[in-house]
Amino acid sequence: MSDLSFVRTEMLPEKEPPASTVGAIGWARENLFSGWFNSILTVVSLTVIYYVLSTLLTWAISPTWSATSLGECRDILAEVGREGHYAGACWGVIRDRWIQLLFGFYPSELYWRPILAFILLGVALAPVLFSDKVTPKLLWFSAVFPFLFPWLLWGGTIWAPLAVIAGFVIGWFVYKAVDASAGSLAGIIAAVVAAVVWWMFLSGYVVNGVPNPDDPNAVGGLNALLPIGIEAVESRNFGGFMLSITIGVVAIACSLPLGIVLALGRQSDLLIVKALCVGFIEFIRGVPLITLLFVASTLLNIFMPPGTNFDIILRVIIMATLFASAYMAEVIRGGLAALPKGQYEGADSLGLNYWQAQRLIIMPQALKISIPGIVSTFIGLFKDTTLVSIIGLLDPLGLSNSIRADAAWNGIVWEIYGFIALMFFVFCFAMSRYSMYLERKLHTGHR
Amino acid sequence: MTTLTDPPKQAFRLSQLIYDTRYRSMTIQVIAMIGFLILIGWLISNTAQNLADLGKEPSFRFLGEPAGYDINQRLIDYNNQDTHLRAAFVGLLNTLLVAFLGCITATVLGVIIGVLRLSKNWLVARLMTVYVEMFRNVPVLLWIVFVMAILIESLPAPRAFRGDNPEATMKVFDSVAVTNRGVYVPELLFGVDARDEKGEYLDAPTGWRVGLGDLPIGASADNPACASYYATEGAMAGEPGPGCGTFQISLDLMAVLFVLIAGFYSAHRIKLRADRIQEATGERPTTWYLRLGVVVVPLLIVLYALGAYLAYPELRGFNFRGGTHMRNSLIALWLALSLYTAAFIAEIVRAGIMAISHGQTEAAAALGLRSNRIMSLVILPQALRVIIPPLISNYLNLTKNSSLAIAVGYMDITGTLMGITLNQTGRELETVLLGMLIYLTISLSISAVMNWYNNRVKLVER
Repeated sequence: MSDLSFVRTEMLPEKEPPASTVGAIGWARENLFSGWFNSILTVVSLTVIYYVLSTLLTWAISPTWSATSLGECRDILAEVGREGHYAGACWGVIRDRWIQLLFGFYPSELYWRPILAFILLGVALAPVLFSDKVTPKLLWFSAVFPFLFPWLLWGGTIWAPLAVIAGFVIGWFVYKAVDASAGSLAGIIAAVVAAVVWWMFLSGYVVNGVPNPDDPNAVGGLNALLPIGIEAVESRNFGGFMLSITIGVVAIACSLPLGIVLALGRQSDLLIVKALCVGFIEFIRGVPLITLLFVASTLLNIFMPPGTNFDIILRVIIMATLFASAYMAEVIRGGLAALPKGQYEGADSLGLNYWQAQRLIIMPQALKISIPGIVSTFIGLFKDTTLVSIIGLLDPLGLSNSIRADAAWNGIVWEIYGFIALMFFVFCFAMSRYSMYLERKLHTGHR
Repeated sequence: MTTLTDPPKQAFRLSQLIYDTRYRSMTIQVIAMIGFLILIGWLISNTAQNLADLGKEPSFRFLGEPAGYDINQRLIDYNNQDTHLRAAFVGLLNTLLVAFLGCITATVLGVIIGVLRLSKNWLVARLMTVYVEMFRNVPVLLWIVFVMAILIESLPAPRAFRGDNPEATMKVFDSVAVTNRGVYVPELLFGVDARDEKGEYLDAPTGWRVGLGDLPIGASADNPACASYYATEGAMAGEPGPGCGTFQISLDLMAVLFVLIAGFYSAHRIKLRADRIQEATGERPTTWYLRLGVVVVPLLIVLYALGAYLAYPELRGFNFRGGTHMRNSLIALWLALSLYTAAFIAEIVRAGIMAISHGQTEAAAALGLRSNRIMSLVILPQALRVIIPPLISNYLNLTKNSSLAIAVGYMDITGTLMGITLNQTGRELETVLLGMLIYLTISLSISAVMNWYNNRVKLVER
C-alpha cells in the first residue's frame, strides 16, 4: 500500500453560521420575511406604523403647554410656522383643567381628603391583592375602610359611619346570643332584624336626637353632645376620575357579597330560592346598564317610601352594585363549578353542614379561582362608569363637554379625549396585568 | 347480621321546621318567598303612593298619542304625527340594525385580528396586541364619541364636492359620497318607474320590467294617503302614499329574498348530495359551479325581471339627494361598537385556536389532508366549541352597548322610547320598564338562537 490516504486526519475549524441566519438579519428573515405573504404583511404594517406615528407625533409634539386658550395655542403654532386645522395639539387645556378632570368641582382646599382616601384604599386593598407579601393584620384596616372611605369623601359628622359600624356590632352580638340558645338559622335572622331595626329606626335618634317638628335643622343626640366631624361636601361637586373610581370601587366591593349570595342561591337545591336568583341574574344581565341608570335617575325615588329623596351618586352606586352583582354571581358560579366534586363530597363526609362547608372548604377555593374574573368584572364596571355622564353626572366624559363649552377652549376635541382615554388605559391595563400576575400565581397545579 | 329498622316514628313537632334538615329547606324557601313578596308589595305600594301624589296614573295610553318629534335615521316610514308606539318601533328597528351590522363586522374583524395575533410575523402579532389592548382598556362610550368626532372633524362637508375643481370627490366609481353629514350609498330600487315629485315617470316604463310595488298592511280606503293605492288610473295608481297603512312591505324585496333563500337551500341540497356520493363511492363530484350558479343565476334573472336599478346619490344644492343616507351617528356607533367588540372577539378566537392541541393538526396532516381541509374539518369544528359560548355573550354585550347611541344622537330604542318619549310624556315608569322589557326580550332571543346553534355545533362531539 502506498501512503496515499483519503482519510482527513485533522479536524476542520468550526465555521461561523451563515450571516443570513444569525443576528438581526437572521431574526428579521425568520420573524418578518419568512415568506412572500409575511413579507407583504410586514411592509404593510411598517407603512401603517409610519403613517400613524408620523401623523400623531407631529401633532402631539407641540409647544403649547403654557397656552391659556385655544386662540393662544393657534398663535403659538403660527409663530413656529405651523398653520392649519391639525397643525398641533393644544396641551394648554390639559395643564389648565387636569385637576378638574381628576377631582371635578371638589373644593380645592379639601383635595387632601380624596387623595388620602385613595392612598388608604391602596393600603386597604394590599392585604387582599398581594396576600403573600403583606401582613394579614392589615385586614382589620380593610374591614374598617369601607366606612372610612365615604366619610373621608363626603365628610360630615363622624357619628354616621360609627352608627353604621354599630349596626354590624349589634348584629354580631345578637347572633352570638341567639345562636347559643336557638340555633344558627334563628341567630342569623335575629341578627339581620336587629341590625335593620337599628339602622332604620334607632340610629337616627342616637345620632341626630329626637326630630324637632318646629326646627327640622336642629341637631340633637351625639351630634349635639360631641360635634366631631369634617366639612361636608355635596355630591354635585363630585366629578372626574374621583367619581369614576368611587363608583367603581364601592359598587364592586358591595357587589362581591351580594354576588356570592346570588351564586350560592343559583347553585342551591331550594327551588324557590334558585328561581329568584336566576330571575334576578338573567334580568340584570339582559338589560343594558344605561337603562338601570335611567332607573336610578328617574325611578328609584318613586320606588321608595314617599318623601325619600336620596343622593344621586348613592342611587347610581345602588344600581351599579346590582348590575355588578349579577355579573359577579356568574363569575363566582364559574369558580364553584370549577371545583372538583370531591371537594363537596369531602366536606360532606367530614360532617360539615352547608355553611361550614362553604366557609371552610368551598368558598376559599372558589373565590381564589374566580379572582381573575372578579378583576375583569371590575375593569368592565370601571369602564362603564363613563355612562353616568349620560344621566348628567360629571365624570371625565361629562366634564369634557363642559370644558369644550368653555369660551376659551371651544373647539378642543382630541386633547381631552386623548387624556381621558390615556388615564382609563393606564388604570385598566394595570388591572389586567395584575389579573395575569394572579393567574400565574394561582396556577399552582401542573407545570 | 344486622337488621335495618326504620327510625321510630315520631309525631311532627314544630321545632323540626328549623332543626330537621328534611323540613328546614321548606322553611327557608317559604321565608324567602314571603320576604320576596313583602319586598315586591312594599315597592308597589310605594310606587302607587308616589304616583298618586304626583297625580299620575300608570297607563300605556300615551303610546297611542302623536309623538310630535322627528327621527332622522329610520328603516320604515315615520313622521312626527305618528304615534309614540310607532316611534318606539322605529327605534327598535334601529337598535336591531346597528346590532346586526355590528355583530357581522365585529366577527369578521375579530377573527382576522385573532388569527393575525397568532401570526409568526413578529411585527403583525405585536401590532394586533396593541390594537386589542388599546380597545379593551378604554371605555366604549369614549370610543363612540371619539369616532363621531373623527367623522365630523375630518371628513369633507358636502359643499366641498361642488364646483368645477372640488376639494373632495365621490368614492367607488362616483357612487359613494363620504361627507361629514354621513355616507351616501347607492340604493337598490325596483321597476323602471322612477317618478319625480309630481308622480310623472322619469323614464318610460318598459312593459313587463316593472317592479311589484309596495303592499300596505292595514291600509283603509278612508285614509287619504291610500287614495292612490285604491285608484285604478293615474300616474301613481296602485302605489300607496307615505303614511298609508301601518307598514308597507316591498314585494320586490320579498321576491328577491325568496329567490335568494331558495337558491341557498338548493345549494345546500347539492352539497348534501355530493357528501352522499362521496360516502358511497369515495369520489367527490365537483359542484362549486352548480352551487354558485343555483344562487346567482335565479337572483340575476329576478333582479332583471323586476327592473332593479341603483339610485345614485347626487349633489343638489347644499346636500346630497338620492341613494341611502347613513348618518354619522349610525356610522360612528357601528364602527365604534365593531372595533371595540372585535378586540374581545379576537381574544376569544385566539384562545379557541390555542385550545386545540398541535397534535390534532399533525394527526390530520398524517392522514393526508390538505391544510385548508385540516382547518375546516379538524381545527375549526373543535375550536368553534370553545369559541361560541363567549361569542354569544359578546354579541349580547354589543347589542346592549348599542344603547349608548343616545350619546351621539342615533335614535335607537333608548333614544326614542326612553329618551324623547319619556321627556315629552313624563311617563318614566312605563317607558323605562317597557324599554327594559324590550332589551330583555332581545337579549333572551339572541341567546336562545345562539344556544340553539351552539347545541348543533356541540353534536359533533362524540
